[in-house]
Amino acid sequence: MIQVLYFASLRERLGRGDETLDQHPDTLAALRAQLAARGGAWHEVFAGDLRVLAAVNQEMAGEDGAIADGDEIGFFPPVTGG
Amino acid sequence: MDVEIRIQDTPLQPWSEMPPVHAGRPSVGGVVSFVGLMRDSNQGDAVAGMTLEHYPGMTEKALAQIVDEAGQRWQLEAVRVIHRVGELAPQDPIVLVAVASAHRGEAFQACEFIMDYLKTRAPFWKRERTAAGDARWVDARHSDDAAAAAWENGPES
Repeated sequence: MIQVLYFASLRERLGRGDETLDQHPDTLAALRAQLAARGGAWHEVFAGDLRVLAAVNQEMAGEDGAIADGDEIGFFPPVTGG
Repeated sequence: MDVEIRIQDTPLQPWSEMPPVHAGRPSVGGVVSFVGLMRDSNQGDAVAGMTLEHYPGMTEKALAQIVDEAGQRWQLEAVRVIHRVGELAPQDPIVLVAVASAHRGEAFQACEFIMDYLKTRAPFWKRERTAAGDARWVDARHSDDAAAAAWENGPES
């Protein structure tokens, strides 16, 4: 089981801020593909031209980032603080 | 190096609310501080207000890592980073970065480094409301990516 969080414009596009997934793949790239397969806004966000960053357990992670049971995954657009 | 990092949803008053970052540190020879303010315009439109969202937990970690990296590059006595979240109006301070060091050169460089990395690595997002009543997420700037990337092989003390 993993916790997945969506922030800012992604949360608005997807219509939710978080969810729990009982079944999950073991890399970020595969998780993106799984989410994109939901179609609609999910496909636009995870298989489109948008730049979507990811964090595993609150650390920035690349496409090959590994996912393990109990992890917290965050997806978000490029940051705009400061 | 003493480090203070704070995220707050109440107004930030960088010039009056707290003791200066060099207080009680007689070895400090210089303090460089940067205050980022909300502008009243963006991309040619008048902006009436802004909401700053963040990723609680990750934000604090990311800022701590950025400050830690600055402390490895330069000899710093103290660093303070305070960042607003929530509702802001034009001219409200968004962020304070204050760096105290024995010598000014290290404080100047470390302050700019921390801001450049904060802009590209700390999970904050701005949503602005234009004076015309539209709400929109602010896009990341390529110039911010370039500024952060310049430190990868850039100047060190």
